[in-house]
Amino acid sequence: MENSPSYALQLKNINKHYGGVHALKKVDFDVKTGEIHCLVGENGSGKSTLIKIISGVENPDHGSEIFIKGKHYRALSPIKSVETGIQVIYQDLSLFPNLSVYENIAISEYSEHKYSLVNRKRMKEKAQEAMKKINVTLNPDKLVRELSIADKQVVAITRAIATDAEVIIMDEPTASLSKHEIDELLKLIISLQKKGFTIVFVSHKLDEIMSISQRVTVLRDGDKIGTFNADELDERKIEKLMTGREFDINKSEKKFITDKTVLEIRNLSKKKNYRDVSLKVNQGEILGITGLIGSGRTELALSIFGMNKPDSGEILLEDKSVVFKNNYEAIQAGVSYVPEDRLSEGLILPQPISTNIIVPILDKMVNKMGVFIKESVKSVVNTWVKDIGVKTKNPENPVKTLSGGNQQKVVLAKWLATHPKLLILDNPTVGVDIAAKNSIYNIIKELAKEKLAIILISDEVPEVYRNSDRILIMHKGRVKEEISPEEISEKELNERVIGGVVSV
Amino acid sequence: MSNLTKRNEFYLALVILSLVLILTFTTDQFLTLGNLLELFTSYSFLGIMSAGMLLVLISGGIDLSFTATATISQYIMSTVIIEHGGNLFLAFLIGAVVGVGLGALNGLLIHFIKKHPLIITIATLNIYKGLLMYFTKGKWIYNFPLWFSKPHDIFIIENSEGYIFPISLSLFLFFIIFIVAAFILKYTKVGRKIYALGGNKEAARRMGFNIFGLTLFVYGFMGLLAGIGSVSHALIVQTVAPNAIIGKELDVIAAVVLGGASLQGGTGTVLGTFLGVALVAIISNAVILVGIPSYWYEILLGTIIVISVSITAYNNKKIMKREAEIDVA
Repeated sequence: MENSPSYALQLKNINKHYGGVHALKKVDFDVKTGEIHCLVGENGSGKSTLIKIISGVENPDHGSEIFIKGKHYRALSPIKSVETGIQVIYQDLSLFPNLSVYENIAISEYSEHKYSLVNRKRMKEKAQEAMKKINVTLNPDKLVRELSIADKQVVAITRAIATDAEVIIMDEPTASLSKHEIDELLKLIISLQKKGFTIVFVSHKLDEIMSISQRVTVLRDGDKIGTFNADELDERKIEKLMTGREFDINKSEKKFITDKTVLEIRNLSKKKNYRDVSLKVNQGEILGITGLIGSGRTELALSIFGMNKPDSGEILLEDKSVVFKNNYEAIQAGVSYVPEDRLSEGLILPQPISTNIIVPILDKMVNKMGVFIKESVKSVVNTWVKDIGVKTKNPENPVKTLSGGNQQKVVLAKWLATHPKLLILDNPTVGVDIAAKNSIYNIIKELAKEKLAIILISDEVPEVYRNSDRILIMHKGRVKEEISPEEISEKELNERVIGGVVSV
Repeated sequence: MSNLTKRNEFYLALVILSLVLILTFTTDQFLTLGNLLELFTSYSFLGIMSAGMLLVLISGGIDLSFTATATISQYIMSTVIIEHGGNLFLAFLIGAVVGVGLGALNGLLIHFIKKHPLIITIATLNIYKGLLMYFTKGKWIYNFPLWFSKPHDIFIIENSEGYIFPISLSLFLFFIIFIVAAFILKYTKVGRKIYALGGNKEAARRMGFNIFGLTLFVYGFMGLLAGIGSVSHALIVQTVAPNAIIGKELDVIAAVVLGGASLQGGTGTVLGTFLGVALVAIISNAVILVGIPSYWYEILLGTIIVISVSITAYNNKKIMKREAEIDVA
């Protein structure tokens, strides 16, 4: 291979060991100047390690070679990497919420030791100049804390531009954005490319990857599977390359639905949340609810779970009208809600898997004196760990030692241990890789078979499409339409979800 | 105006103003130059130390040991000038050097042990206090040389009736140090990096900021002001006792937090801290002037802290709620 300057970045024969783990195995990775290059792979495939090597945070093993604009480096340091024009935008964005937009953009001024006083005027100019370069406008004096996530993203990108970056590496930039915000971001990235910047885009959302990149490099278990032109690929192919397996994406078959209604909602309304929502879920049925962020889905779910009191309307559980004062009453009545944000709402990370599972049923695990009955705890925990398939050697290990997918399984196990009649899942596969996603889907279908009524709330249209018996699209707090997945294609469903913005 | 009402200092100033009005109408001594000067002079040493605490809180840390640092500085300073003589400059220099040393030791431990500064400075508070008792046996010092005990007034204000009001060195230092602290925080890169550190430590590290240097700086600065404040205190009260300053650390933290600094780090201003100190001082003065038992000072201060943090919490909740609202069609 030539070390041509038409490559912004070339990595050759990269090996990296962490102790006994071979994190990267003879990986070659090259990025052409001016392209959008996607780096994909499941958790633990070596993506992060590769990025750390490019950003100079980690050094590769001996024998690895790095070329930047044709110039050879044995290894990089964070400072050297920045000097050669590489900027990494981490998933958490690394912004300072308490400082103004312009200070954040021009923060590298503070690292220069030539002058010890702050030159606000110069910093502001620098920030304005960088914003102008990529045609974005933000109030430079506003505190970053007050911005939306999408605008914070823009600040992070502008900061990279302000440091004269030529190659911008974005690590999972769309993870916390809504669909509309993602579209805006993708547009911005394409405009950056037109201005001559080189972009390395790390993502696991396949539709995004397909829509913007020219080339895609796939990693799996530290091996490079290959670099492909984006037009040779489709989502199924990438999925297969990433996991090495094929997954069947059979639609739900409606075969477990009985005619017993578990939940019925009549004309439920809450000011500034949702209005006039009516729906029904039967035993063994999976009801999908989708819509853009801010459509009122989560608020509705919380109302069913007793955590967001509705203003008017009626909730019937097994044909009896119920008013829950709090979620304890809802749990007692057989309703479970698995929150979207498992890290802050669903799990106690430093505590053992077993403790996390029995949290909602503590009062069933104790004797009259309030002391734990060890045998009951053990049997409940073992049953669920096995049934749900949590991959762990020991349920006494802290939850934080598990991967995202397995953590999500623990959240599921925890709520299933309450033996609910109705299970509400709010974005159950956020931040979970493909294999784990599919095993969660299988669990959901198993649960329907066991006669649970399930509400599956999700941003991801394919997820709802492939798993639901019926689908509701919510828009601005109302149920816009009800769809049966066999009536339309996945693409049509996607268009109807996004189309809500235009048509209403 | 809308910008003004968003600021914590605005509300604090309103509270102070209403207290001042109430006290002016209910007592005739409060709003006199003499009373106010005396009040602020007696609070100047706590004020000086609160400027140090402000920097520590902004950086995302906390220091409970600075009162012990201050007391050790006082004892060493007093012993040296009583046994070997000297001058005011030397007295402050000794206080400053001892303070910086003990403060920097805090910074060193916090950086390398990597545990919460709360627990580390509780530990050093105990060590410093214990060592102090071991070496001093709890003895009081009051036989200061004459040059130390005479009044140290920077200048004198004379009113139309011929009364004179001295501005003491301690009060003067209080103001100078606040100006210096404001300058550091607003106009120096170190100051801005302290805000950045308190706002997002991981990002500050990725930015390549010298975290160790910044930590040493803020805890060293806290120690420096504890040392200077302690000499100021000795000048005002003319005695040095083991329990004169120790125990006041929570008053200082309360004043700085009332002034708008967050225990989470990243926020706080010098003006706010000044108002916080003023509020604490005025409440203590009010209790004396109105003639109610002194425990009312504690009850009042506690109540004001509860109200103040409730308002902040309420405002934050309101913002969160506004973000969660959905534009229902």
